[in-house]
Amino acid sequence: MSSPTARPYGPADKAGTRPALVYEVQKVMKFESELNPQFGEEVAQKAHGEKLFACIQCGTCSGTCPVSHYMDYAPRRIIQMVREGFEQEVLTSSTIWLCASCYQCTVDCPQQIKLTDIMYALKQIAIARHLYPKNFSVPIMAEEFFKQVAKNGRNSEGKLMIGIAWRTHFLNLLKYSRLGMKLFTTGRMGLVEQGIENKEQLRTLLRGVEKTS
Amino acid sequence: MKYLYYPGCSLKSTGKPYEESLKAVFSALKVPLEELRDWNCCGATAYMAVDEVKSFALSARNLALAESQGEPAPNGMVQLIAPCSACYAGTLKTQRYLAENADIRRRVERGLSDASLTYSGRVQVRHPLDVLINDVGVERIKEAVKSPLGARVACYYGCQIVRPYAAFDNQQVPASLDTLVAAIGGTPLDWPMKTRCCGGSLVGTIREVGLRLNYLILREASRRGADLVATTCPLCQFGLECFQPGMNASFQASVRMPVAFFTQLVGLSFAIPERELGLQRLFVPYKKASIGG
Repeated sequence: MSSPTARPYGPADKAGTRPALVYEVQKVMKFESELNPQFGEEVAQKAHGEKLFACIQCGTCSGTCPVSHYMDYAPRRIIQMVREGFEQEVLTSSTIWLCASCYQCTVDCPQQIKLTDIMYALKQIAIARHLYPKNFSVPIMAEEFFKQVAKNGRNSEGKLMIGIAWRTHFLNLLKYSRLGMKLFTTGRMGLVEQGIENKEQLRTLLRGVEKTS
Repeated sequence: MKYLYYPGCSLKSTGKPYEESLKAVFSALKVPLEELRDWNCCGATAYMAVDEVKSFALSARNLALAESQGEPAPNGMVQLIAPCSACYAGTLKTQRYLAENADIRRRVERGLSDASLTYSGRVQVRHPLDVLINDVGVERIKEAVKSPLGARVACYYGCQIVRPYAAFDNQQVPASLDTLVAAIGGTPLDWPMKTRCCGGSLVGTIREVGLRLNYLILREASRRGADLVATTCPLCQFGLECFQPGMNASFQASVRMPVAFFTQLVGLSFAIPERELGLQRLFVPYKKASIGG
């Protein structure tokens, strides 16, 4: 056994000792019984019978995605994890919130899998189950946007930004105050709430859709 | 033939210069444009993340309104212009899913009939770029040019006007904006970021990621010697232009690149006054360098 002062790897410090080149590999193993074998089917159905079981794991989606390097699991892995039933890991991943719906993977996939729709399906499930970190702004923006449009028929960008800041980090408003002022002075953002005339018709429409679910 | 115009929320606020220049250009070309009465939000990417069928229902209301307000073109379809990429892609996606998926159609139709609306599929959704190139035509545009642009332009299409449901241009290597810029006397640059995603609303939610995506596009445009970037989408324009101070602070850069809507550039070449094109609303001003190119 080598002593701690004579480790062969890494740059030496002043005393001449070298730190060991040790990577702490954390491998969390899951038994099949801990997975949700129905998860793949559930997601495929929510994304309209999307054929995620046809995926050949080629990695085109991960290679073509402009934000894959920020994700904890790139799209190819997400697909595999979905069909293996890693429900919790997938729904709490950063991946689904980083997807900006640019459809590059959907267009490039050699198996014509609509990955963007799968990401949407995962977002819907995660939002319905409140499976996202507190103060995390992407799902909060989605919810604020949803409420505003369901109520008024249109979204008001200024009000939306304030609503998000209110529910995430209120001090962010200060960060955006210069931008907000500039938009205001160039006539590109108003504080008046936008809305449609026939709000009742829109509400009836959305209620009608709800009845069918 | 009359076109119905569906502005969407952005063109009434951050994208106001897009609306102003679009109207000015269409009026100069004598193409009638009439705003869709009582249109609602398309749902964009945010609504889709909460409830997909309701998001289709929102677009279906706009399609139903268009069908009742518009007059069909010779091909039997009402022409609805959606200049915002999110509205354009969202409405096209709705049409596709209503046509292909019986369950979605059943649910949306239930909502429509409760709200006394009908939609029978007789609306064609168009992007103004598509209309300018394919309906108006390059020849008519060339004839209207009074003062050629004379600028080196990085044509930025963004993601959602070419992917995945649009059919008027190539999904990987689109060319229509380059054709248009060349027709008005500009020099379209060869560059690889034409359809690379700007991150959309990420700039307001996961700021670091959004800033970098926008920055990479502008950095490449500067490297290629662009005088300005031409955009087709209000969200791309907002991210690329209004967050330049943030990019410079985050990446120790000194980007100062004008980012204009393509309709503003067409308007400039038609010698339409700058105020009518909303050019005074841009954060990074673009002034045409030399009259006559």
